[in-house]
Amino acid sequence: MLNLLSRPFRGGIHPESYKTLTNGSGIDRFFWPRNVFLSLQLRNGATLTPLVKAGDSVTRGQLIASGRNDMVAPLHAPVNGIVTGITPHFSSHPSKVKCDTIIIRANSDRRWGETHPQQNYLALSSEQIIERVREAGIVGLGGAGFPTVVKLQFARKGGAHTLVINGGECEPYLTCDDVAMQEYAPEIIAGVKLLMIASGTKKAIIGVEDNKPNALAQLTSAASEDDAIEVRAAPSIYPMGSERHLIKFLTGAEVPTGGHAGMVGVLVHNIATARAVYQATRFRRPLVSRVITVSGKGIGAPRNVEVPVGTPVNEVIEYCGGVKESTSRLLFGGPMMGQVISSPYIPIDKTVGGILALTDDEVKTREQTECIRCGQCVRACPMGLMPFQMAAYARLSDFSKTEELGVNHCLSCGACSYVCPASLPLVQYFQFAKGSINANRLKAQRSATARALNEERVQRLEREAAAKAAAKAAKAAARKARPARGKVKETEND
Amino acid sequence: MIDFEPKAGPFAHTSNTSSRIMYTVVLTLLPAALMGIYQFGLASLQTILVCSVIAIVTEYLCLKLMGRAANACMDGSALLTGLLLAMSLPATVPMWLAGFGSAFAIIVGKQIYGGLGQNLFNPAMLARVMLLICFPVEMTNWAVPTPIDFSGNQVAVPQGWLQFDGVTAATPLSGLSHEPVSIVAQFLGLGGGSLGETSALLILLGGAVLLYRRIIHWAIPLSFVLGLCVPAAIASLIAPESFSSPLVQLFSGGAMLGAFYIATDLVTSPTSVRGQLIYGGACGALIWLIRSFGNYPEGVAFAVLIVNAASPLIDHYLRPSVFGSKSMARKS
Repeated sequence: MLNLLSRPFRGGIHPESYKTLTNGSGIDRFFWPRNVFLSLQLRNGATLTPLVKAGDSVTRGQLIASGRNDMVAPLHAPVNGIVTGITPHFSSHPSKVKCDTIIIRANSDRRWGETHPQQNYLALSSEQIIERVREAGIVGLGGAGFPTVVKLQFARKGGAHTLVINGGECEPYLTCDDVAMQEYAPEIIAGVKLLMIASGTKKAIIGVEDNKPNALAQLTSAASEDDAIEVRAAPSIYPMGSERHLIKFLTGAEVPTGGHAGMVGVLVHNIATARAVYQATRFRRPLVSRVITVSGKGIGAPRNVEVPVGTPVNEVIEYCGGVKESTSRLLFGGPMMGQVISSPYIPIDKTVGGILALTDDEVKTREQTECIRCGQCVRACPMGLMPFQMAAYARLSDFSKTEELGVNHCLSCGACSYVCPASLPLVQYFQFAKGSINANRLKAQRSATARALNEERVQRLEREAAAKAAAKAAKAAARKARPARGKVKETEND
Repeated sequence: MIDFEPKAGPFAHTSNTSSRIMYTVVLTLLPAALMGIYQFGLASLQTILVCSVIAIVTEYLCLKLMGRAANACMDGSALLTGLLLAMSLPATVPMWLAGFGSAFAIIVGKQIYGGLGQNLFNPAMLARVMLLICFPVEMTNWAVPTPIDFSGNQVAVPQGWLQFDGVTAATPLSGLSHEPVSIVAQFLGLGGGSLGETSALLILLGGAVLLYRRIIHWAIPLSFVLGLCVPAAIASLIAPESFSSPLVQLFSGGAMLGAFYIATDLVTSPTSVRGQLIYGGACGALIWLIRSFGNYPEGVAFAVLIVNAASPLIDHYLRPSVFGSKSMARKS
């Protein structure tokens, strides 16, 4: 009960963390891929235009594809090498849909193609920093992959006052942010300062779960000179790294249901994003690599490794000792919200924070039994929903009832599924319901648009007919005014 | 073998299962059941065995008939129903009656609704009420405790302990007993009553284990006890001669068993904390009302059935509030 009272938010769970597999050994910077695969289509379907063609040689950091607008971050060559082709290849989407992909064969040269003279980067203006972030193609590295430049501009316009830096990393296994905080604390703090200048926020709070004492110590000492930056330990409860829940713990403000962080004047960025912003601003280095955790009991030698974007999964796994025979699942990201790797040839994109090879022992797949309404899911849900009821309605395809129960507020954090003693695939039900609700909404929108267009067409035809009739009447009137000529014409026509 | 088939997460899970929950509850009930056997003799052991076995056999037959996986009869839920029913019966009920009640609990109380997790009413209490209404004489034949005497050098087994029909007497609740049993005796379970309901202490210990293991939530037991004790305290302060004190209410009859094991039945109770508070409070208050003003001396079973019926409504109207708003989820 005491435990309950001291909780930073309602709900949440304490899954086994497995972080000790990788959190003590630092970052491995020696990996280099043979080939990289850079998909020209983002997960939301937006496409990029390639600026290179097969046979071109590219240098590390060279711009190779650009997007239509700020919502589509540009791509840079993560390695020095030769473009071997632009052909369809698996993207990181689990559906195994193939889309156009720039394939680069890497050579062993790891130098940056172009270096820029350095200057006092803290003296740059907000616009200059935002421009460099845009050029560098930085997206949120926490997993959502939202373009950082859009977030910064939005925060500036919305008058955000607090910058929250998310060092929660509440997913089990993942320690890439943890080790980055331990090794790059000064760079992260510099990135935070730049983000504050760019967004116009007056203060920054870095929230780190208290199961990362070394990271907390490093950040605290790196941030000690700046009064505007506060480093705070957050209790280790999954999902502490959820934006809403971290904001609530650090600032006390609750993001309104269905709203976003900007509504409470907060801008949230991930630790790794802050470092990328520093690299982009000071050295004008684009985002071409990231630190990922390769872990799980199925991995030969678990570690954190810096990986160029576009490296296929199999190369990374091979580097980390391969997978054991007992492996039952390969995942991108953590075990709670991670996504199934549906083929080992899928490349890593900017949003992937980890590759896990989990054995059956860890996944604990069990046959699903009947819901006994034990209410564990209700008490675990960090959003205040009733998962077992939503799942019951989703199972019946009663989506309006599922929506009424709030399925659209579901974070898909998986806390309910984790605790469910009946092993119900609750998140699967919710994804299904959300997908169907979305599809229905799209359908309704389309038919509304079609109806409106049709109505307009009918009106237009009526208008045209009326205009024609009016013209005819006017002509007739004109004929009447000059009857002789009109008669002649009529007879001619006959 | 690596499974590449996409699926929604999470890919981690507690080691907790429904079956484990059921067997934990059964285990925590055993001390109180053993106390019953110690007090009332072999007759009670027989009742417990008959109820449990018949429940599992009936469950097996129902699952077979419905073409479901019949090994689910060993998931512990049928055993728990049988055990709870046995514990709420007088120790000396005829065996055919115990068996009939147990089969009724599984068929009418559970499987007719669609099996595990679907039933509206607590099956054990449904069966108990049915038996009470149909066989009032057998069901109110309270045995006098005739425990084995472990004092002295020899273990003395009284005559009544070995008899299957026991010796009967009234409980404090029926208002017929002339010698009031002390509250301490009631708390320890030395008074008369149903087979497994006598020892408040052992039930409390079992309940504490369930709370610690987070199988039940504190909301229902707490509000249940308050719902029973607060009106009892007020009434006994106003008219002590016609109303019994809150502690007597709490430690007699099935109140303790109800608070920790019956009202907290996972399937038939609401799931939100707010809902559970109302549910437990209403259950406790109803017990007091039935005991004080009703025709029956004991009201736990009736009260539980009444609040069971309200539990879907409570779940519908008292959902938790959604994060970021003061109200529960609504269609936007």
